[in-house]
Amino acid sequence: MYFLRRTLQTLPVLLIVSFIGFVLIRAMPGGPFDSERKPASEDIERNLRAKFHLDEPIWKQYLRYLGLRGGSGGLIKGDLGPSLKYRNHNVNDIIKQCLPVSMTLGVMSFCFAMFTGIPLGCYMALRRGEWGDHLGGFIAMLSFCIPNIVVAPLLILWVSVKLHLLPVALWGSPSQMILPTIVLGLYFSGRIARLMREGLSTTLHSEFVTTARAKGVSESAILWKHAFRLAILPVVSYSGPLLADLLTGSFVVENIFQIPGIGVFFINSIFNRDHTMTVGLVLVYAALLLILNMFVDLSYSLLDRRVRYE
Amino acid sequence: MKVLASVLEFFSGTLRFEKEQRTLGTILPVLFLASFFLTGCSHSEQKADLVIINGAEPGTLDPALVTVQADSRIVRALFEGLTRLDPKTANAIPGLAERWEISPDGIIYTFHLRTNAVWSTGEPITTADVVYSWLRVLDPMTASEYAGQLFFIKNAEDFSSGKLKDAAQVGVKIIDAYTLQVELVSPTPFFADLCAFQTLAVVPRKTIEKYGDRWLMAKPLPTSGPYTLDFWHLLDKIRVRKNSLHWDAANIQNNLVDFLPSESAMTAMNLYDAKQADILWDKNLIPSDLMDVLGQRPDCHRYNYLGTFFMRFNILKKPFDDVRVRKALAMTIDRKRIVERITRSGEEPATHFVPRGMSIYTSPPGYGYDPETAKKLLAEAGYAGGKNFPTFQYLFKAGETDKKIAVELQAMWREQLGIAMEIRQAESKVYYTSLHDMDYDVGRSSWIGDYNDPNTFLDMFMSNNGNNYTGWKNQKYDELVREGNRQLDPKKREKFLQQAETLLIHDDLPITPIYFYSGVLFYRPDEIEGIYFNLLDEHPIFSIKKKNSNRRDTEAQRGSSTLRVSASPR
Repeated sequence: MYFLRRTLQTLPVLLIVSFIGFVLIRAMPGGPFDSERKPASEDIERNLRAKFHLDEPIWKQYLRYLGLRGGSGGLIKGDLGPSLKYRNHNVNDIIKQCLPVSMTLGVMSFCFAMFTGIPLGCYMALRRGEWGDHLGGFIAMLSFCIPNIVVAPLLILWVSVKLHLLPVALWGSPSQMILPTIVLGLYFSGRIARLMREGLSTTLHSEFVTTARAKGVSESAILWKHAFRLAILPVVSYSGPLLADLLTGSFVVENIFQIPGIGVFFINSIFNRDHTMTVGLVLVYAALLLILNMFVDLSYSLLDRRVRYE
Repeated sequence: MKVLASVLEFFSGTLRFEKEQRTLGTILPVLFLASFFLTGCSHSEQKADLVIINGAEPGTLDPALVTVQADSRIVRALFEGLTRLDPKTANAIPGLAERWEISPDGIIYTFHLRTNAVWSTGEPITTADVVYSWLRVLDPMTASEYAGQLFFIKNAEDFSSGKLKDAAQVGVKIIDAYTLQVELVSPTPFFADLCAFQTLAVVPRKTIEKYGDRWLMAKPLPTSGPYTLDFWHLLDKIRVRKNSLHWDAANIQNNLVDFLPSESAMTAMNLYDAKQADILWDKNLIPSDLMDVLGQRPDCHRYNYLGTFFMRFNILKKPFDDVRVRKALAMTIDRKRIVERITRSGEEPATHFVPRGMSIYTSPPGYGYDPETAKKLLAEAGYAGGKNFPTFQYLFKAGETDKKIAVELQAMWREQLGIAMEIRQAESKVYYTSLHDMDYDVGRSSWIGDYNDPNTFLDMFMSNNGNNYTGWKNQKYDELVREGNRQLDPKKREKFLQQAETLLIHDDLPITPIYFYSGVLFYRPDEIEGIYFNLLDEHPIFSIKKKNSNRRDTEAQRGSSTLRVSASPR
């Protein structure tokens, strides 16, 4: 019941998001068809604006976008409209082609971040105050302090250009996925390690752990049976927005490795004033974020028995 | 070792998880491996004969809509016009039309189409296709930004604006299936060149009417040019395949060509150096900071082409309404310093607007570097030593090279004239709008020629041209350009156009040229042949050949039966 209500709540949220996105992108100076050279006559410019209904008042444009005014399609039927920049494609085509690539990369980076971040975090928590903790903390800090715009070229230089171990760019074969996965995942693995460390060391000092110890429960049973499931909660709540972020692509990583994902379109659509594309991608991002947050809340109730939804 | 031990300890721990935790622990690796293999297995496609790093992802490959040069290079491979470009000189040579006659007054062109010209799907290409393609460009519903390229045809402009509804009134007349008569507004010496321009290329009517804006995704897609479109994967690859039905198929030098879209100069250069691409030819994808080193390499090729970097003055604003001020500013620009210190790709300082190298036209001289005269002119205008000169802004598009130029200009003007200039860097769309709306004082500008004729530069400063945006309107200039274009004698025409350009860059100076662009492209000369350097910076794909590619040819033939499967869109 709770989740049904949550699902229904997402619809008005998405509608509001689409409206805000729609208005904001149009409030920016410059339009999709401004370029170095203007069309030879004002009439051509007028034709161009008329074709995409940019000459109408904004509320009419929005109703048209929703599909409540003129023509077929519209947002309520799931049609995100034609791209104003990539004029042979509509936004749905582009998302269909490029989102899976970004999602693949995102899932792999997510797994990479989890597989490296959680063990490192646990290790730091178990060695709290020792040199291992400090070293781990330093590594974690380094991983999220160096932006991927720096890490990526350095890795390409060493691994691909100097050592010829992996391809310099492009997408398709498993070997081409390794570097982008690492670069994209590295930042988050540091964050996860820190969250995990905080979560676990707090839990290990809580009263129920002391009670368990007093009852003579073995250290490993305390750790894995009792502490871990609570300690991982901060990581779980962080992983919702994190996954939404990773799934919708990264401009920097996709750009540097020339990966045909959606991240490049996301950023470029704003520079191109590709109104429909920006709003369409914002909606996809918002929808993913809402869904994943719902899953996070669901997993809370599984991990922490004290949490119940009604 | 301790770290490793803890990691192992952790994973052995996960095995003892309770039910729900085990799901979390197992889902992750499964997801990871699944995504890794799913994508890894889908690609096993044939190798191309030629891989070209072309530029950013094309906005469109529709000839009527394309505006970016990099995109038009792919379009030219797919669709051909009545004429096409000579790979060596980029002059117009017969394309779909095998010959044409021009009436003595230069107004009527009669084109004779090849009877062996067919679509890649086998149907003949006739005059009806040409007329359809041109009217489509003019149709307001198509909203073609380059429709102006057809305004030289009688009544074309009125039809495009909607003033004229009857398409039959437009000056294109079908005599028979292979003979087309075109009536122009006035003599247009470069009309044959225009016919080779991508906007005028011939496109398939039935497919367009069936599929609308997404017609390029149709399978099969009938093309009129030397190649067909195999697939177009966004941001990944565009693959074209030799059109064996093309009238000139015997001279197409390669079978499969891949165009890689790239947004990052570093990645593009890495791919090229790693031999994942044979040619790198987009100026924006060549890191100008590294040109000192890259320029020395034998695979770096530089040449002149029709492109001018210049500066617009907003002559409606004080103090730029005074021609002496404009001249003073123009004369204090040390253009040599800019090309040697900043752009560094072999650009040449420009003192005139129409680039050098056209066989039919030589520009008159403009102003060079002369700070002493400049100081005098500024004093005459009432700003001796820069006193009382208002602070003004130099508008340019965000970018490294342009920023460096702005800083350099600022220093030159301050040191020589004692005037203060503010740097106004704007994001590209803001820059364009500000320029178009005349919301600037002095603005960075550039222009690339569309065809090999001075008119492609000079007509933009006619009073009613949409691209003028300087506020400068000079009837004498308009008259000279018009009169020049009416001349049938090239010598006489040159005289008129020279007088017009003198007004533009010497007498009135609403603009001042800074430098001429130089073309740069990278390819390994021991591997590639058939690329020629010409003023339009056009290198038709069909003439480019990879040396010693015999082995690949046989591979290509062997693989062709399996290709159809992998060519389907993802």
